[in-house]
Amino acid sequence: MTDFWFQFVLTLDSTLRVATPLIFCAMAGIFSERSGIIDISLEGKMLMAAFVAAAVAYGTGSPWIGAVAAVLVSIIASLIHGFACIIHRGNQVISGLAINILASGLTVIIGIALFRQGGLTPTLTKTSRFNSIELPFIEFFELHTPIFGVIYKHLISGHNILVWAAIVSVAITYYILFKTTFGLRLRAVGEKPEAIDSAGISVTKMRFQAIIIAGILCGLAGVYLSTATGAGFVKEMTAGKGYIALAAMIFGKWRPVPALFACLLFGFLEAVATRIQGIEFILIGEISSDLLIALPYLLTVILLAGFIGGVTPPRAIGQPYIKER
Amino acid sequence: MQASRLPRYVDIVLIPVLNLLTALFVAGIIIAIIGENPFTALSVMLKGAFVYKGGLGYTLFYTTNFIFTGLAVAVAFHAMLFNIGGEGQAAMGGLGIGLVAISLGSYLPVIIVIFLAILGSALFGAIWGVIPGYLQAKRGSHIVITTIMFNFIASAILVWLLAGMLMAPNQMSPETVSFSDGVALWQFHEIFNKLGFDVGRSPLNLSFVIALICCLLVWLLIWRTRLGYRIRATGFSLKASAYAGYRPETIIIVTMAISGGLAGMMAVNEILGVQHRVILNFTSGYGFTGIAVALMGRNHPVGIIFASLLFGALFQGGAELDFEFQAITRDMVLMIQGLIILFSGALAYMFNPALEKLFLRNELMMRPKND
Repeated sequence: MTDFWFQFVLTLDSTLRVATPLIFCAMAGIFSERSGIIDISLEGKMLMAAFVAAAVAYGTGSPWIGAVAAVLVSIIASLIHGFACIIHRGNQVISGLAINILASGLTVIIGIALFRQGGLTPTLTKTSRFNSIELPFIEFFELHTPIFGVIYKHLISGHNILVWAAIVSVAITYYILFKTTFGLRLRAVGEKPEAIDSAGISVTKMRFQAIIIAGILCGLAGVYLSTATGAGFVKEMTAGKGYIALAAMIFGKWRPVPALFACLLFGFLEAVATRIQGIEFILIGEISSDLLIALPYLLTVILLAGFIGGVTPPRAIGQPYIKER
Repeated sequence: MQASRLPRYVDIVLIPVLNLLTALFVAGIIIAIIGENPFTALSVMLKGAFVYKGGLGYTLFYTTNFIFTGLAVAVAFHAMLFNIGGEGQAAMGGLGIGLVAISLGSYLPVIIVIFLAILGSALFGAIWGVIPGYLQAKRGSHIVITTIMFNFIASAILVWLLAGMLMAPNQMSPETVSFSDGVALWQFHEIFNKLGFDVGRSPLNLSFVIALICCLLVWLLIWRTRLGYRIRATGFSLKASAYAGYRPETIIIVTMAISGGLAGMMAVNEILGVQHRVILNFTSGYGFTGIAVALMGRNHPVGIIFASLLFGALFQGGAELDFEFQAITRDMVLMIQGLIILFSGALAYMFNPALEKLFLRNELMMRPKND
């Protein structure tokens, strides 16, 4: 029993680690899509940022400079997306796809040109990464509160700063979207851009602001992958996380807090999938971890199809706004 | 799509060429930045794609893949459906071939097995297209999202089956047993060798001919049949289509079946033509490339053949880069592909305002003065 309990806490711990990039990207997706811009380029922006973070952190020795550079590059990718689909009214899905494919190619090409290691960046040392932060009083809690002690030591303590930042980003997203004028306008621009336009606010400017915020958040997700959990960039290291985040965002019905729980659920599924390989369960036998990995996608399809409660995306999503003259 | 006031040839020739050149120009700049000569890279790619022995065969082999996936995207586009599930549909198509070939391979005559296997690929691909189509038509879920999700689900199913039930015994890698002898499409270099011509070895096989036949059939379907007219009408306006009594829901589902089936048939080239067993990740992004192909080819079979040839040459020439350069690998192809999708897809109309200004001014100057 105690062993199961301990394993369970460890699973929750890795859930949080797996969910962190998903949370950043899901919040990015919420900002972008709430303003009416479909963003399937979460994946590509995260990948570019992961590469830049690792490369710059390696070059300068500072993860912080790496993070700033990564966020800047991710914003540039966002601006390309905006240039194509806000200014030139191009198809948002196609533009996002282009950025994803471009990211896959560029990261490897530049990686080889810089480091000649087949697309990898050199392994980062401890000082050029974001390391885990051990919280104080671990021994005190372990001694006096056995159950909470385990939770405190393994689940709450020992995360790097970006895990905390991801959770804080949910609160900030919620606050901006629902408690500020900017957020009200942002949501309106994704529902009825004409209304915002007739109120004398620039739809173009609002949408650009939204995708820049999305760029920042995707950038942080990439930073987390290559300089916090990982110790360097690996080709295609995002491995579809951007798409899972997209699924989580839809699963959370384009709202920050439900999206957070969707990210945690999908993170939990992945954490479980890596742990149950080869374990026989009573009555059901072995569960295939290959299939468990696909469960987030399946759940999202089922939800979108309205079989478990309906979802309504922002109304003006995917439509370029043409200002009336 | 916005209405264009430009002459037709500008729309279907000049603009795609301009977009392509912009993409190549940007790619050239990037190559120059990383310290290689873009013109040398281009000539290496061209030689690899067309000049070296067997190069042309490989180019046409890749072209075959892109014709299938490009047609798949184009057919869906005509109904204003964005099918980005080509990857998953092709993967399922491969599974269809595998199931037919392995279960019937030793009982039926080879030619019938091959025929059924091709049908199997189209059927499995179609099923993987129909479900998102149904969900879009009847349940209102967005087809882009569903097809993305279905790509991942297909890939998980393939991993599960190939590393489990269908895995060949005494084998370490996740793949099925090889099909029985003869369950394969003829390769062109064998045919030519028998005829006495010496052409280099290449995987180019009969699928190329099947792909060209599909181009003809798609052209007939879209522009010469009642169904094709209904598909285009539904793409043009859902409401008008419903008003005309075409039942747009059914049209959407049928269109996605055709689209998925075409994407599934890409597996004919890879699995039945070359591998002769089902392996993992044989789709290698060709489904996504189909989107670029359809965009460049303006959703017309003739355009798709040319665009596929371009991408076929890019892929084969890109492989050549690996041998000739230290700093450039075939990932360069991915980058160029991304740029092409960006410039001829998302930024397709970037040059329109400037060109319109140019052409309209000329027109005004040419027009005889009446007053």
